[in-house]
Amino acid sequence: MHMDIMAQFMLILPELLLAAGIVVLMLIGAFSGERSYTVITVLAIGVMIAAVIMLITLPLQGTAFGTALICDAFGRFMKIMALTAAFIVLIMSVGAARAGKFDKFEFPVLVLLSCLGMLLMISAGNMLSLYLGLELHSLALYVMAALDRDNARSAEAGLKYFILGSLASGLLLYGISLLYGYSGGHIDFTGLSQVLRKDPPQLGLIFGLVFVLAGLAFKISAVPFHMWTPDVYEGAPTPISAFFATAAKIAAVAVIVRLVIMCFGAAAPVAGSMPAWQQIIVFIALASMFLGAFAGIAQRNIKRLMAYSSITHIGYILVGLAAGTIIGVTSVLLYLLIYAVIMLGCFAFILAMNTESGPVEKIDDLAGLSRTNPFMAGAMSLFMFSLAGIPPLSGFFGKWYVFSAAVQAHFVVLAVAGMIAAVIAAFYYLRIVKIMWVDEPKGRFLAMPKELQLVLWLSGLFTLFYFLAGIWFLPWAETAAKSLF
Amino acid sequence: MITGFAAVFFYLFAVIMIVAAIMVIAARNPVHSVLFLILVFFNASGLFLLGGAEFLAMILLMVYVGAVAVLFLFVVMMLDVDFAELKRGMGRYAPIGGLVGLIVLAELIFVFMSVHFSPAGPDAAVTQPVPAALPRSNTQALGDILYTDYVFYFELAGFILLTAMIGAIVLALHHRSGVKRQSVGEQVKRNPQTAIEVKKVESGKGI
Repeated sequence: MHMDIMAQFMLILPELLLAAGIVVLMLIGAFSGERSYTVITVLAIGVMIAAVIMLITLPLQGTAFGTALICDAFGRFMKIMALTAAFIVLIMSVGAARAGKFDKFEFPVLVLLSCLGMLLMISAGNMLSLYLGLELHSLALYVMAALDRDNARSAEAGLKYFILGSLASGLLLYGISLLYGYSGGHIDFTGLSQVLRKDPPQLGLIFGLVFVLAGLAFKISAVPFHMWTPDVYEGAPTPISAFFATAAKIAAVAVIVRLVIMCFGAAAPVAGSMPAWQQIIVFIALASMFLGAFAGIAQRNIKRLMAYSSITHIGYILVGLAAGTIIGVTSVLLYLLIYAVIMLGCFAFILAMNTESGPVEKIDDLAGLSRTNPFMAGAMSLFMFSLAGIPPLSGFFGKWYVFSAAVQAHFVVLAVAGMIAAVIAAFYYLRIVKIMWVDEPKGRFLAMPKELQLVLWLSGLFTLFYFLAGIWFLPWAETAAKSLF
Repeated sequence: MITGFAAVFFYLFAVIMIVAAIMVIAARNPVHSVLFLILVFFNASGLFLLGGAEFLAMILLMVYVGAVAVLFLFVVMMLDVDFAELKRGMGRYAPIGGLVGLIVLAELIFVFMSVHFSPAGPDAAVTQPVPAALPRSNTQALGDILYTDYVFYFELAGFILLTAMIGAIVLALHHRSGVKRQSVGEQVKRNPQTAIEVKKVESGKGI
């Protein structure tokens, strides 16, 4: 039972690196004063890149600290994705942080703290480490949402996120306590799944499962726990919204996937139909797809639109999860990868929406962009077509994977409903394209900074050529998915 | 059953605690209320000590007296709360308060009865046997588990608190310009040569 302590430390080397980096960077920041923002940001990016390299080069497997942490291929895939998204966001944020006057050295430190929480919650093996990791991750996010504290909307976003997030944490904890009590003292996923396997299912356990899934559904902003998303995305500074939409979302989805497959997956069906978790996931998938598709139509602010778009896409991701098979989890991983890359591109675009009089966020400000800035308009059109799911762009393949996984698991109705929602949502994506290419130009944007151009290029190329590169990602995602079963 | 010398202390702590608790709600001055509340906490921790739970006793002192009660005092003294105004509504809320008190009392009686008057006897309700003689203090026992089996969670909780601290500083610390602050270095550097200036004042004229 008692594994060599050094072997356990080797397993969590990336986490240890981040933890040490946080402490060191904070001390450097505290002693070198206000102007250390750039240095700390560069160092933080370096720490994250080092952690990614470590994850790629050290494919270790096993459990550390009893059942606290599970290191497997799934965790590695998710961690690499989340950390990569996080450091790209940090690179993109430098210009905006200067312009928005929130260029404090605490910002990269908070990003690192949030990343540490993400890594720990992705590899969580019991409810205690899951909760602590989630809380570390979320607490840093609440502060980041309110980072532009002199801006009333940012402060509002932070407060709203904090209060609702605490409520969700409360639901999650209540669910965990019910699971702990009714399972006879299990908090580890394997122990819980053995208790859940018993037929007929215990009412108390189902109650606990519902509360736990409700708490996690809040973190991935699935309907009906999505209310905070548009306000927070709109109010928070744009680079931080980008962090919410990419890295934070990847980690939260990873947690819900691991929990559902490893812990709830074995649960006995309720009343002869589906297991309780499947009923819940199917419902929130349907609700998220449709609410996001309809509510997005009325949006005039591009950040709010992205929030509704992310709600819809969480719906598609949950369709893949509802299948509960290896193919289903593979489709979730690939969808998440494709979605995160497009979102990084979209937010690089939003960050570049700067006019002479400052940054703008209205969709109407994009009018006639194809004539004033054809590169930006072209890239954004590519992303919009891809989000709408038009072949041969990457978004089409994402939807193809999740819907075929759902059909193979006999969820034909769910797949058809998803396609209908995709058609509805295509309206607002195509409207942006129409505004950019058909409407008369209103004004011009300032020249795009180099780092944003680079992100836009990379994510545009990935979106465009995914149909060639996809073959390369598929086996990787499959290995990751298999490690969960 | 507590007997002998311990019983004397038990009744001493218990009586002072009840009297102080009544004074918390009876005192006119809110500062006195908070001070009586601190007295309640001190006596409660004395009762814990008598029961052999010395860790709980010390935590009660540190957390409730050291932090919570002092926070109450700060709030009472620094915020201008009109307590006379608050007390005016007491007659209206008294029935609800009384009802809540009665429910709590009834619950306590039920818990007591279920343990002591169940048909299987008082020992039936105790599922976990209480260790007769403690081989070590419970502070040591808690520490043994907290710093070995649960050290990972402990460290992680430390990082969460660090985040909370950074967050509070980032969101609340304003560096105002134009504020005159004490500079210890400047003060220490001063000596008679730099601090005193001798001026020759002619008689009959000002400076």
